[in-house]
Amino acid sequence: MARDAAKVTVMFLGIWALFAAFGVVLGYGNNGLLALVRRVTFLSAVYGIVVLALNIQWGYAGLFNIGVAGFMAVGAYTAAMLSSAPGGMPPGLGLPLPIGILGGMLAATIVGLVAALPALRLRADYLAIVTVALSEIIRIVYNTPAFADITGGASGFDNLPTSPVNSLLLSNPSSTISEPTALGDVVFSFFSQFGIQRFTAINTVYTVGVLVALLIVYLVLERTGKSPYGRVLKAIREDETAAQSLGKDTQNFKVRAFALGCGLMGLAGILWFAMGPRASITPVTFRPNITFYIFIALIIGGAGSNTGSVLGGALFASLLFEAPPVVRNIITDAFAVSADPANLIEALVPIASGDLVPLAGFLLNNVDTLRFMGMGVLLIVLVQRRPDGLLGARKETAAAVPLTEDTRPDHGSAADNGGGSDE
Amino acid sequence: MEANATVERGLRAARRSPGAAVVWAVAVVLLLDLLAKLVGVSLGPLRTPWFSLWFGGDVPISEAAGLAWSGIVIGAVIGLASIGLSLTYSILNFANFAHGDYLTVGAFSGWAVTYVIAGVGGLLALGETALNALTGLGQSRLGDADLVALVLLRTPPLDAGANIWLSPLAIVVGLVVAVGITVAVALALDRFVYRPMRDAEGISLLIASIGVAFLLRYLVAFVFGNGRRIVTSTEKLPSLDVAAAITDLLPFLAPARSAVIVDLHELTLVVVAGVLMVGLHVLLQFTKLGKAMRAMADNRALAQVTGIPTERVIKSTWVIGAGLTGAAGYLLVLSQGGLGFQTGWLLLLLIFAAVIMGGIGSIYGAIAGGLVIGLASRLSLIWLQGDLSSFARPTAFALMILILLFRPSGIFGGVETA
Repeated sequence: MARDAAKVTVMFLGIWALFAAFGVVLGYGNNGLLALVRRVTFLSAVYGIVVLALNIQWGYAGLFNIGVAGFMAVGAYTAAMLSSAPGGMPPGLGLPLPIGILGGMLAATIVGLVAALPALRLRADYLAIVTVALSEIIRIVYNTPAFADITGGASGFDNLPTSPVNSLLLSNPSSTISEPTALGDVVFSFFSQFGIQRFTAINTVYTVGVLVALLIVYLVLERTGKSPYGRVLKAIREDETAAQSLGKDTQNFKVRAFALGCGLMGLAGILWFAMGPRASITPVTFRPNITFYIFIALIIGGAGSNTGSVLGGALFASLLFEAPPVVRNIITDAFAVSADPANLIEALVPIASGDLVPLAGFLLNNVDTLRFMGMGVLLIVLVQRRPDGLLGARKETAAAVPLTEDTRPDHGSAADNGGGSDE
Repeated sequence: MEANATVERGLRAARRSPGAAVVWAVAVVLLLDLLAKLVGVSLGPLRTPWFSLWFGGDVPISEAAGLAWSGIVIGAVIGLASIGLSLTYSILNFANFAHGDYLTVGAFSGWAVTYVIAGVGGLLALGETALNALTGLGQSRLGDADLVALVLLRTPPLDAGANIWLSPLAIVVGLVVAVGITVAVALALDRFVYRPMRDAEGISLLIASIGVAFLLRYLVAFVFGNGRRIVTSTEKLPSLDVAAAITDLLPFLAPARSAVIVDLHELTLVVVAGVLMVGLHVLLQFTKLGKAMRAMADNRALAQVTGIPTERVIKSTWVIGAGLTGAAGYLLVLSQGGLGFQTGWLLLLLIFAAVIMGGIGSIYGAIAGGLVIGLASRLSLIWLQGDLSSFARPTAFALMILILLFRPSGIFGGVETA
């Protein structure tokens, strides 16, 4: 446990140091530096939460759910519908935010249960197809013009609930430049000592909140893993038939694990899209692509390990997702690459005359596309070479007592030499 | 007496499997409703507190026929593509999530070649230029064509003139290239991705195929750019209004209320798809390879013990499956005109629906499933009008989920062999 905490801390410190260094190279001031590090931290934290949720389903219960995007959509949309202002467009119900969050998680759980009850009988690959189809159905239903009055249709749910940080720090939560509250005064004056603007300060506070949420989810899941329920889940992960033969109703446990995971995915959807910095809920966001990113993150960390899930989520979000564009900016600045060929052929032709600059410019400009190709290659290599990820292969004992000591009352007495050789 | 016995039997069947009874009931109601709509009978409205329901209505036969034709067109593409997915699913035992992107690869590679040939003025001009280059006589005709824009599909379709009437040879060569390149890509991917993990579980292979899907899709975007474009030109493309032709032929019919337009591209698609499917049927039924493939789908270990060269059969599976998928991608673009790097990916779930509907591993089932999915997705527009039309896809997906849940062997009874 202590070692895991150290690993996660070291990794986050490393990520922060790396991106702070990036910011320094790019010549950012304090405000820009914090904004960059904050963005990476936020993404790492939300990925951490949703990867933990997927780990419950796939890592522990062996349920191959590739409908993550759909469950996040249900959470985010429901929370927004429940607690956004009734006057906006599309109108919300104006309920307090905690009720909205709980409602969103509950809705995602219920959708998960409805899907799980019949679907979990299926083979793993059938379940995969069912869940991805379900997530597409959910997305298209939110997207359809028929319900645009309620969901906002293709342009998304614009009327987002007020961020809790805004209500905490500002007298008028809908305006960033309004008079701060007493607490807000303390926070803003603290940040302004370092030349950090109010907007960045608000987002930073929110990100710290998400980190706390990640910690809570992690601790709850670790605790669950040590409970009788978690022990059965681990048993299912190791050998479902053995767990069944011990009289466990594995189907029941799997349904509950699936529902729990879906609820947490709903929470991640809310924290990620319904509030906080640059929140926006649009159907396009919930395409299956995002599900696959989460899967890559889980496979990097190693299915079956909570700590690995957090590590994988953070590493994916920072190194694979956020870093490439930043590195591109650094290279473009450092080498003054201004070549911008319109297509691959124009970039390749000058190589014949020894001119590599157009190709470099083209690669840099298409770093987003290259990033996705790289993710594909990484996924293939991981599945082939390291299917257990960074931390998935280790043994986690499920027993409550340490197994390293021999606690049998009179050990050795039954040895074949008739006993008596007790040292 | 007789009728009573029949009713009795029906009731017993309904009690035994209530799910199937509900499905049948819904199907019968929809069919009756469609017939009522076509003859123009309407009952209702049936008022409920939330909405009022009409039975029947007024739908011109020509409109239904038009939807059915476009359903057949898209169904032929889905059927062709789903054969490959069904084959790899049963023989290699995994759901290939990269299958849609194989289709995209076929479409882009084939159309790039078609564009070059059509753009520089046909095969004749290409041959002439090659001859000139060899002999050093004459002038290159490639000079005045912007080859880069052509091969990257950036020339406006009217300038390229890629159309089966204006440049039929370019279309034929493009189709062949689409098949060839898709097969080559599939074999290369099999060699480097799937072969090293031949004995892995289905889920590991599935995850690897997701990686392949990402790689292929963004590779296409990297080379061709990520904008969507129209590539076929409709200039001078022959087309026929079948409804008007029929009423002309049979003057005692009332004039059709809407047109049913069939153009040469759609016709080509349906004919080529039909020929490919019949060819596949012959291959599987009358050759040793077909028998070996069917044996492998049943039991790979047993097939290997019997002396079937499994690796070679797997290779043939990829060749057939990917070839048909590449052709499907090329033909899809021929009939629809539009092409983007997500084209195949967006079609993937419908292809899965066709495979599952027909029963995984059954080739005839996949073809029939493709037609059913294509027809259902278009004919459902009779009921799903206006804003509701966006529910056509979810309906197909929901159908697929229901089949997986209640009849995982497919609607045609399901033998897990080709």
